[in-house]
Amino acid sequence: MERLVEIADASVHQGATVALTGVDFHIDRGEIVTVVGPNGSGKSTLMKTVIGALKPSAGAVKRKPGLRIGYVPQKLQIDPTLPITVARFLGLPRRLPRAQALEVLEQAGVPDLADRQMARLSGGQFQRVLLARAMLEDPDLLILDEATQGLDQPGSAAFYRQIEEIRQAKGCAVLMVSHELHVVMAASDRVVCLNGHVCCHGAPEIVASAPEYRALFGSGTGGALALYRHDHDHSHDSEGNCLHDHDCGHQDHDHTPKADANVTSLAKPHAEAH
Amino acid sequence: MSLLDSFMARATLAGLGVMLAAAPLGCFVVWRRMAYFGDATAHAAILGVALALGFEISIFVGVLAVALAMAVTVSTLSGRGYGMDTLLGVLSHSALAFGLVAVSFLQGVRVDLMAYLFGDILAVGRMDLAIIWGGALLVLALVAWRWSALLVSTLNPDLAHASGIDPRREQLVLTIALAVVVAVAIKVVGVILIASLLIIPPAAARPLVRTPEAMALVAAAIGVASVIGGLQGALIFDTPAGPSIVCVAALIFLLASIGDGLRNALGKTGA
Repeated sequence: MERLVEIADASVHQGATVALTGVDFHIDRGEIVTVVGPNGSGKSTLMKTVIGALKPSAGAVKRKPGLRIGYVPQKLQIDPTLPITVARFLGLPRRLPRAQALEVLEQAGVPDLADRQMARLSGGQFQRVLLARAMLEDPDLLILDEATQGLDQPGSAAFYRQIEEIRQAKGCAVLMVSHELHVVMAASDRVVCLNGHVCCHGAPEIVASAPEYRALFGSGTGGALALYRHDHDHSHDSEGNCLHDHDCGHQDHDHTPKADANVTSLAKPHAEAH
Repeated sequence: MSLLDSFMARATLAGLGVMLAAAPLGCFVVWRRMAYFGDATAHAAILGVALALGFEISIFVGVLAVALAMAVTVSTLSGRGYGMDTLLGVLSHSALAFGLVAVSFLQGVRVDLMAYLFGDILAVGRMDLAIIWGGALLVLALVAWRWSALLVSTLNPDLAHASGIDPRREQLVLTIALAVVVAVAIKVVGVILIASLLIIPPAAARPLVRTPEAMALVAAAIGVASVIGGLQGALIFDTPAGPSIVCVAALIFLLASIGDGLRNALGKTGA
């Protein structure tokens, strides 16, 4: 398995505050990793560190030489004074023949948008255009930072289905962020739980119990989503240490329901063997 | 008798040179909400004039040096506690005040400060023309070369990083280009009007276009029309040349806005 990005014992500052402490993280070719955590837990900071927009103050980041990254940002506010059509946006930073732009939009399920202004798109159309642009870079690693924020339930379900299709077609690794603690992709090979540090990480368990949760969260998304509940009932002191127990310090801690009452992992049984 | 012997021809050529460089650059100033950045750099230029006269170096070199220092200072300090508008307000007015005080120390030198505040496009000589066009072509080449990278950085810094573009480097390219334009334009329109030439033509172009490239081209066309119209108007009505150019640009902005408003209103009733 080819390692795309490896972060070792990294601490990252956002301004004067420490956003991440002692984080170990890696992602390999073809795998899907989901990062979950509450607001302000450093999820976006971790994404920016992977991309290279932030440099760690301690520790190391290693990227595969020539790594191509496709990035779908959390939100993209386009200033109203900046006129830009969808076709032109797709051709940034590398120019794109119009025929190819039309083809890409067709594949993304949003034909007929080529000459529309980016600022006039609906939330769902906007995210699909962002995803189409990210895929144009033919990425080794596709990064989605809360890419379904602002989409309704069917919209975000359709978006996740499209990502699953892309991964199967292209074989790229996918790194996703969600601040929805309870919803992550069943197809995730690994889940990383952040709260200023890596609280715990591991494969979402194949759990058959609590089918009512799957009915709640899984069916609306065609089974592509699974439940991952994790209560953040602990706080941290200024050094980033836990003030009360919660698996902290377990750097290699896999979630197992019987071992941790706070953690319930539920996933669609994987058809493919791991 | 060559074309350059006529002061009107020299003035027109000088104005065109400044506008061609200011148009694409002004688009980025508008898109990135850096309107006061042009002001701050332009105000700092007065300090450059004083230093140039004091040390007996070329005005162009003095202004360029101070404008560059100002640009780099703002780029470095931005995002470190103060809001961009506060930072620019402090630096811009301080630089202007220090510049005016510095000028007062220059005993024995008669400085026509008005010429630097409002410019004197009709007094442009052949050497000035060479500097203006040299600087303008340099800025045009720089912006054309970095165009896509600048656009991506303007849209979203993280998007730029993911594509292997360093947005801070692009910001530096932009600030350097801005400093060069201010340095070459000070003789033509002066400190006060430089910022307006950066902003008004792109703002007037905005309702008429659908892509970034079209906005830069239409802004350049509006700038050219303003220079020619303003200078002819100044000649006919015996008005100051620099402000007349800005007045024409402002009128075009007004027409474009009214036209856009009418089109929207008609579009709504027609639909």
